[in-house]
Order: sequence, then structure tokens, then C-alpha cells
Amino acid sequence: MSITIFVPCDSTAVSIGADRVAKAISQEAQKRNITINLVRNGSRGLYWLEPMVEVVTEAGRVAYGPVEVKDVTSLFDANFVNGAAHPLYLGLTEEIEYLKKQQRLTFARIGITDPISLEDYISHDGYQGLSNALKLSQADIVKAVTDSGLRGRGGAAFPTGIKWNTVLNTPSEQKYIICNADEGDSGTFSDRMVMESDPFVLIEGMTIAGIAVGATQGYIYLRVEYPHAHKALNTAIEKAYAAGYLGDNIQGSDKTFNLEVRLGAGAYVCGEETSLMESLEGKRGLVRFKPPLPAISGLFGKPTVVNNVISLASVPIILDKGGDYYRDFGMGRSRGTLPLQLAGNLKNTGLVEVAFGLTLRELLYDFGGGSATGRPIKAVQVGGPLGSYLPESQFDTPLDYEAFAANWTVLGHGGVVAFDDTANMAELARYNMEFCAVESCGKCTPCRIGSTRGYEVMDEIIAGQALDKNIPLLRDLCNTLLNGSLCALGGMTPYPVLSALNHFPKDFGIDDEANSAV
Amino acid sequence: MTELNTMETTVQEIITALKDKPGALLPILHAVQDQLGYVPADSVPAIAKGLNLSRAEVHGVISFYHYFRDTAPGKQTIHLCRAESCQAMGGKELEAHVKQSLGIDYHETTADGKFSLEPVYCLGNCACSPAIQIDHDIYGRVTADSFESIINQAEEIA
Repeated sequence: MSITIFVPCDSTAVSIGADRVAKAISQEAQKRNITINLVRNGSRGLYWLEPMVEVVTEAGRVAYGPVEVKDVTSLFDANFVNGAAHPLYLGLTEEIEYLKKQQRLTFARIGITDPISLEDYISHDGYQGLSNALKLSQADIVKAVTDSGLRGRGGAAFPTGIKWNTVLNTPSEQKYIICNADEGDSGTFSDRMVMESDPFVLIEGMTIAGIAVGATQGYIYLRVEYPHAHKALNTAIEKAYAAGYLGDNIQGSDKTFNLEVRLGAGAYVCGEETSLMESLEGKRGLVRFKPPLPAISGLFGKPTVVNNVISLASVPIILDKGGDYYRDFGMGRSRGTLPLQLAGNLKNTGLVEVAFGLTLRELLYDFGGGSATGRPIKAVQVGGPLGSYLPESQFDTPLDYEAFAANWTVLGHGGVVAFDDTANMAELARYNMEFCAVESCGKCTPCRIGSTRGYEVMDEIIAGQALDKNIPLLRDLCNTLLNGSLCALGGMTPYPVLSALNHFPKDFGIDDEANSAV
Repeated sequence: MTELNTMETTVQEIITALKDKPGALLPILHAVQDQLGYVPADSVPAIAKGLNLSRAEVHGVISFYHYFRDTAPGKQTIHLCRAESCQAMGGKELEAHVKQSLGIDYHETTADGKFSLEPVYCLGNCACSPAIQIDHDIYGRVTADSFESIINQAEEIA
């Protein structure tokens, strides 16, 4: 049996040495005259075990990790190429508890295949969804997506099928599909993983979307901070064109869909869909007034579907296995699965794709293993820089859009950032205001000026100055931002700020009673 | 050929190649910055003319986006993540160390021209915080010590 070894090419794995490990394994194999087939796969998302090296055995793939360059010699000495025991041996990859407990639908192939191999993609059920879609009417494709219950995974949770239906029913000679890959939310990386580790699934999802609504041009608006994803997408797009999966006459169907990656330029607000379209048109990323909805008048004034990476990457499996299959996962009105990203101060950081309904506590402790520092977890920010901080008393909230909304919290894009008890929540609230000031597009006054006044007030609060005046002022300011901003940047910055104040008043220099009085 | 002429030729070639794309301005600015390291003020009139825009419009776009710069960067640019996940894992301490070690603040370049320092709000490397990016290379779980060895290596490669 030939020897196949996998070392991830995912940028986080590379950030902690995967390239060096891959090189060391190649060199050591050569030195020992062992012929190996080294595959650079995507990451399984078990980042505390990265760089995680896998070897194919008769029983299945076995894993070793975290592997450093200094471990490579001993791995060869122990005959790891045949799956033998070693202190870093983790057993069969699929049996690792963290992975085994997940329900991977969107991430089904991630970490298993070579990301830029079209053959690998196809042999792992790739392009089954497109193949089915090509046999359906446009309305039936949209119906399958509607039936699946899929809601926008970028954070707004708007039903994807309804959006598609609007674009389908808006007559126009030109329509567009935009993939919002401006994954600027801090603490999130699921879009990055999809684009680096399974770019074809996004391409397939966008192609299906284009065929469904009658759009012939797609754009992936990718943040410039993701150079690895950029490279993977461009390589995959080139291969898809060469194999007749993009361009004219897709798989002999008379359907046309062209796709291009466009880079953002470091503006967080361009993750807001109307700002994104302004940017794609070559302008400053100023937020537009709505209506008109992008689905009616979007990019260059044409009907446009704007969907997040995860939403579009979930479409192929829905068309492959049916809307019902996907809808049967989840709870309440939150159907299917959500890829959650465990980040910050957790022992077992990584990607956890599970059906909606798990509680935050299960996620933090059963998957995350508690804090990395071993200290108590004080607060958890869910949903990016515009998401609330949850105190321990809210950890039993189920992961469900409506359950989170009832707590004045948001699930957003599924980022989960944990802080231990050394975190100062007033400092974090100040940071949230500063971030809003740095990233505000400047179009509406509450966001443009309110954010700056916000961190100035926070500076005074942190210095302990005139709390009886400044705390009500901060609340009043947040109220203006909440109700008077044009988009979610200004409108949701109060979520982290006020949740920090409400749940951790001591960090703001006030005791609980004083807080309730003001 | 003078340096200015070289710049003008490069910019003109980029404009000719990309100006017919829909929404061509960002792709052009990216190409100029990729080639020259920044978008020189002197290139604005040519870009404006090529796209039938006013110079003010082009300048407005360059100044809106954090990534575009109108001054030459150091030999290498260090992007340091300031976001929450990195803060939860000692990012602020790392930030203080980096500034002190390089002797510069954000948006500045070291006196020897080797490094520029820019803040970034998330590199998507949150599972291995804190993170920095030097040009296109990302580094995770960076400490004060590992930062020193990273920039020493980066200097050798550069």
C-alpha cells in the first residue's frame, strides 16, 4: 500500500508551523528512502491539535498532533507512516470526540480533501447539487432552498429562499449573485475555512444561485486580509472554467454563469451589503438607504442576490439531499446547522458545526474544554464585534436565533470569543466604541459622531470621573446609536457596550444597586 | 528613465489593462499598490482620467479604505490584530511590546525603513490568538519572544 500523509495548508495551521512540518516530513522521508504521497488538505478545524498530521491506514485515517518540526524524526522512528503508536497519536481522526459529536453538512468535505483538486471534490459528492439543479425549473430550485429553512448565515438570518424568490421574480436583462466574503467580524473564521479548504463548494453554490434566479455574473467580494483564500478561490475558479462548470453552456445545459473574485480594502463596513455594492462599483463604501432592496435594485441598479459564504456553501447539500433533509436538523425557526467558531480564551478552539439547539455552555465546556488559561470564564462575546457579551448566567441559552434575540444577544455569524476573569469589560466597551469610530462610513451622524463621543465618555468612566453624569450619558448615547443609525454598525455597537455595562457594572466603577438607579 | 516616468508607465499599463472592468477603480488601486507598494498622489490624475472620474472622487476612494496608502511603506508591513479574540489572549501586551520593540506607533515606519506597523481588526486566525501578519504570512499564538524571532527571520528573508 502506498503511503499517503496529510498536512493541512489552512492559513491558521500554517500560522503555527504547518508548512515547516510538511517540509520536514518530505525531507525526512527522502532521507530514509520512503516514498510518500504528501497531500496538503484543508483543516478539520481542531486547531488546538494543529498542525495535525494524518496518515491513511487500512482502518481509516489516523491523526497525530500537534506536530512540531522537532517531532518529525521521532514520528518516523515510531513508524507513523504505517499508523503506529507515538506520544502524539490521536487515533482514528473520525473518532476524535470533538469531531465525532458534530453534524457536518456544510463542512462535510473540509479537512478531508485537497481543496483545489476538482477530482477530489467530485469524488466526495461534489457537483451533485448542481447536477440536480440543472434538471429542475428555476422556481423549483428556489423552492428547495425555501423548504430547507436556510436563513442568512452572515448574521441577519433573513430567509435565503425568500431573497432568491424576489430576484427570480424581478424581470431584468442582467442580474447578479454576490457572495459576501468580507468576513470582518472578529472571532469568526468559518468563511475563511470554506474558501481555503473547500472553494469548489462555494463556486457550486453560487452557480446554483445564478441558475435559480437567472443571473449570469457572480462576484465574490473577499476581504484583502485573506490572501490564502484569494489564491485558493482563483485556482479553483480557473479549474471550474476549464472543466465546464463555469462559463457558457455549463455541463451542456445552455446555462451561463461567470464568476470573479474582487478584493475589498480593509473597510469593515463593506460587509454591510449596500456598502459592499458601492465598493464593488468602485466607490467609497458608504451605506445606501433601503429601500430599494438589493434584490430589486442592487449592484449597478440591477436585481442582486447578496448572500454570505456559509449560506451559499450550504446550497449544494440542500440541492443534493433535498430541502427536507437539511430542515430536519435544528430547532424552532432555526433550521439546519450552524458552523460555530470557538475563539479567544478557550482550550479547544476550532470549528464546531452542529444543529441549532445546543446550549452555549455545552459549546464552551463540552467542546471548548473551558478556558485556555484555566481561570473561570467571565464573559463570552457571541456574534462578532457587534454582539453582546454574555455573563455566566446566560450560558444556558440554546443556540437558536430567536432564543438569543430574546436575551438581547445575537448569534450573528457564529463567532464565540471567551474571556477569562482578567478581562476588564469597561476596557472592552471602550474598544467597541473605538472600533465603531474607526470603521464608521460616516454617512449617518449617530454612528460617525456618537462613536467618538462614546469612547471619550468611556475614557472618563474608566478614569472614575463623574459617574453619576457619565453613565446616564453613555446610556443616552447608546439609545441614539441604536435607534438613529442607518446600518448595523452604529445600530448594534450598543449591544456589546450596554451588555458589558448591564452585566458587569463593577468594571465600570459602580455597584449593582447604583447601576439600576441610573 | 526617471523614477517618476517609471511610475507613470506602470500606472498607465494598469489602467489600460483594467479600465473596462465594471467597477474598475478598486482593482486598479490594488494593482497599483501591489506593484508600487502604495498609491502615489502623482498617480491620481492618470487614474481619474482613465476612468472619467474627478481627481476628488479617486482621492476620496483611496482615503476611505484603510488598506490603501499614499506614502511608501517600509520594506515589510506588520499588521497587528487588535480585535477581541486577540485581546482575550494577551493581544494588548503584545501590542505594547511590538510598539516598544520597533520604536514606532501605528501608521508609522521604522527609521531604518525596514518595518511599517498597521492595526488590523481580525485576521480570521482567532483560534490561535494573538495573531500578526507580515506581508502575506500569518503568525499565530505570538508572544513577545516569538515576535522577536519572527522579525529577525523576516529581516533575513527580506
